[in-house]
Amino acid sequence: MSTKQRKRKPAKTAVKEEKKIAAKLIPIYIMGKRYEIPEGLTIMKAMEYAGYILIRGCGCRGGTCGACGTVYRKPGDYKLQVALACQKTVEPDMYIAQIPFFPANRATYDFAGLTAAPEEVFKLYPELFRCVACNSCTKACPQGIEVMDAISALKQGNIAQAAQLSFDCIQCGLCTSRCFGELAQYHMFQLARRIYGAMIVPRAQHLTEMVKAVGEGRYDRFLEELKRTKEDELKKLYEEREVEPMAAGEDWKPKDRRYL
Amino acid sequence: MSYLGYPDFFEPYIKKVEQTRPARIEKRKKGEEFPFMSLQERQDMLRYHPDYKEEGRREIKVGPSKGYRIAHEFVDLLEAKSRVDPNKVDLSRVDYEADVLVIGGGGAATVAALIAEENGAQVLVATKLRHGDSNTMMAEGGIQAATKREKDSPYYHYLDVLGGGHFKNDPDIVAAFVKQAPDALQWLERLGVMFTKFPDGRLGAMHGGGTCRKRMHYCADLSGMEIMRTVRDEARNRKNIKVLEFSPAVELILNEHGQCAGAVLYNMETEEYLVARAKAVILATGGSGRLHVQGFMTTNHYGATADGIVLGYRAGVPLSFLHTVQYHPTGVVFPEQIEGWLITERFRSEGADVLNVNGEKFVNEREPRDVESARFIKECLDGKGVPTPTGKVGIWLDSPMLDILHGEGRVRTAFVGKWKVYYRLGIDISRAPMLVYPTLHYQNGGLKDNAECETGLPGLYVAGEVTGGLHGENRLMGNSLMDIVVFGRIAGKNATVFAREKARDGELTLKHVKAYHKELKEAGIVADRVAPMLLPDYTTAEVKEKQLTVSYLGTLR
Repeated sequence: MSTKQRKRKPAKTAVKEEKKIAAKLIPIYIMGKRYEIPEGLTIMKAMEYAGYILIRGCGCRGGTCGACGTVYRKPGDYKLQVALACQKTVEPDMYIAQIPFFPANRATYDFAGLTAAPEEVFKLYPELFRCVACNSCTKACPQGIEVMDAISALKQGNIAQAAQLSFDCIQCGLCTSRCFGELAQYHMFQLARRIYGAMIVPRAQHLTEMVKAVGEGRYDRFLEELKRTKEDELKKLYEEREVEPMAAGEDWKPKDRRYL
Repeated sequence: MSYLGYPDFFEPYIKKVEQTRPARIEKRKKGEEFPFMSLQERQDMLRYHPDYKEEGRREIKVGPSKGYRIAHEFVDLLEAKSRVDPNKVDLSRVDYEADVLVIGGGGAATVAALIAEENGAQVLVATKLRHGDSNTMMAEGGIQAATKREKDSPYYHYLDVLGGGHFKNDPDIVAAFVKQAPDALQWLERLGVMFTKFPDGRLGAMHGGGTCRKRMHYCADLSGMEIMRTVRDEARNRKNIKVLEFSPAVELILNEHGQCAGAVLYNMETEEYLVARAKAVILATGGSGRLHVQGFMTTNHYGATADGIVLGYRAGVPLSFLHTVQYHPTGVVFPEQIEGWLITERFRSEGADVLNVNGEKFVNEREPRDVESARFIKECLDGKGVPTPTGKVGIWLDSPMLDILHGEGRVRTAFVGKWKVYYRLGIDISRAPMLVYPTLHYQNGGLKDNAECETGLPGLYVAGEVTGGLHGENRLMGNSLMDIVVFGRIAGKNATVFAREKARDGELTLKHVKAYHKELKEAGIVADRVAPMLLPDYTTAEVKEKQLTVSYLGTLR
């Protein structure tokens, strides 16, 4: 699978992530093989404790990158559970397998040439309508996203809702691995979010104005001046600079407007 | 039993936080702030910062920055041999060809690849893990740019960057950065990044530590993830960007004219070393939290092992500002499962207090990161930290205040990523505070470059965390996400121009690696270390004791 057990020269710089925990050992089954692991570790740390060196199935170790999608079952339970290996704490007698990669259909598109019309999404992902609303995707989502609802929104042409519902999607692909209709939900959501961000939400007018002012060289003189300013003087400018109060509203304006 | 999801052990401590909360909320509402430190007070406080511990570092004995004192963990990697015998790599057999080779697969690398492609280059991206696996993906707080003309400008952004970096920053790099930040933000907006906005499209913005204007823009608490997945998606649409995953570079390749002309790649799954030739190279390998400098925990992703520093240094690029690394003030200390995990500064930006064991404020929560971290460490050294049942010590971050200040549900919606992870562990952070301590977060310095992302090696460009100069000795929140975009774009453009106009054909060579080996030997460095490290080693001693294979055929990974 995705992991290799190898001897390596001990790196002097390596620091143990595992502490000497005087915790109770519990049995877990990594791809069917039994290991005894201190309780309280995450699945990822448990695999490393067992001796695995992860190449695949390990990324940010903080629950945001989607590299470590994992499925497991517990004895006597028909239900397949899902988790992120870096987030889920081991439980006794878990049978664990990681799904570090799952093939998924992704459309390519010229984003700048798209519009916010729902038909654009339908054309790129016609399989959207193969969804039978079985809700397996939602059950498989380790982020707790209402995946099926977001797909339904897309089917109804509600790109904004699909974008908002799927915002914390980490693209681990577990939904796709369980999909009866063989949809790659997370790629569809990515498209929806981009269309929403670029074409449905109004653009920031103040940003356009600032970009224009910078382009016209409005701040060049100030910056050149700062570049030439000595450290002592800079420190003075820094300490004297007006700080926008924490509680200030959007309408706050500074007193000193010379460098705006 | 538990109290608000924490073990009973914490009950008396959490109750102290709850007792002082109403009065603290009142102060917040009145706009009363804990006083900021003066520049002198900040300087004095920094002696509690790990960077200022002399025993934590030593002089490096070889290479272009010989004599520079940096953390042992960096020196260990730089005083190490190549992973390959340079005599054995057949450079006449080229496995991959490109105009521009991008090394790394995070934010800076992907942005650079996009711009290089737009300028007409055939781009090859070689990355160690998956495309997108990076610290960018994990960045939460936001991205700084002066965008509101009525109250902010690049002038103030410049001053803030310098104040954060102790006025040591490279002025040209900072000026280029603050000037191009607004355009970079607009570029992201047009790619479809879902910034948090007001209904009229106005960008939400808040303070970060050390900012004088609210200019930190954000995408809920998943700013980096949203930016990373958007630029990655765009890269996937471009037919002239090819991505090689699980294929880190282990050496740069030069040509006979002294230009950077490719890299030796390592397929981590088949253990083959492969030759990639290019007309220009962009090094964007990110940071180094997984070196665990001074034994600290880290917020960084699995691949953050300073590979680019090693590659560039061996090829003659000096180091800059690598004597400082950033400890983020708020990493989780408890629960153990998420120890070291980053809690975004935005909790403090929105008004969550930091508190000692007595539930008292002892510092303004928006000092620059190094000062804030040093102050936390001091409070704990003074015996006023909050103990944990696992023998550690921490500081409270009073997240429930945000629901009171900004309305019920604020934590749940504005910090959905954090809330969910804690909730899975039985803790509702809209009701219970979080226990934190400084954690290794960012490599302030790196390879020396200029505002054009050029290094001393012609044809080698650098961008993002692997570089040094922009942030001086301490980065401010929100400036790394902008760093990767601004300088990723500059590197992408300039590398393409170099590939088109200056790159020369010529025989490939690894002479610099041989010379480096010789220098190591002459310096009397007897080490069996190899570098780059590629992946950290979390194998336990018990397992290692039993790994008794005499030797491996093939390579040591």
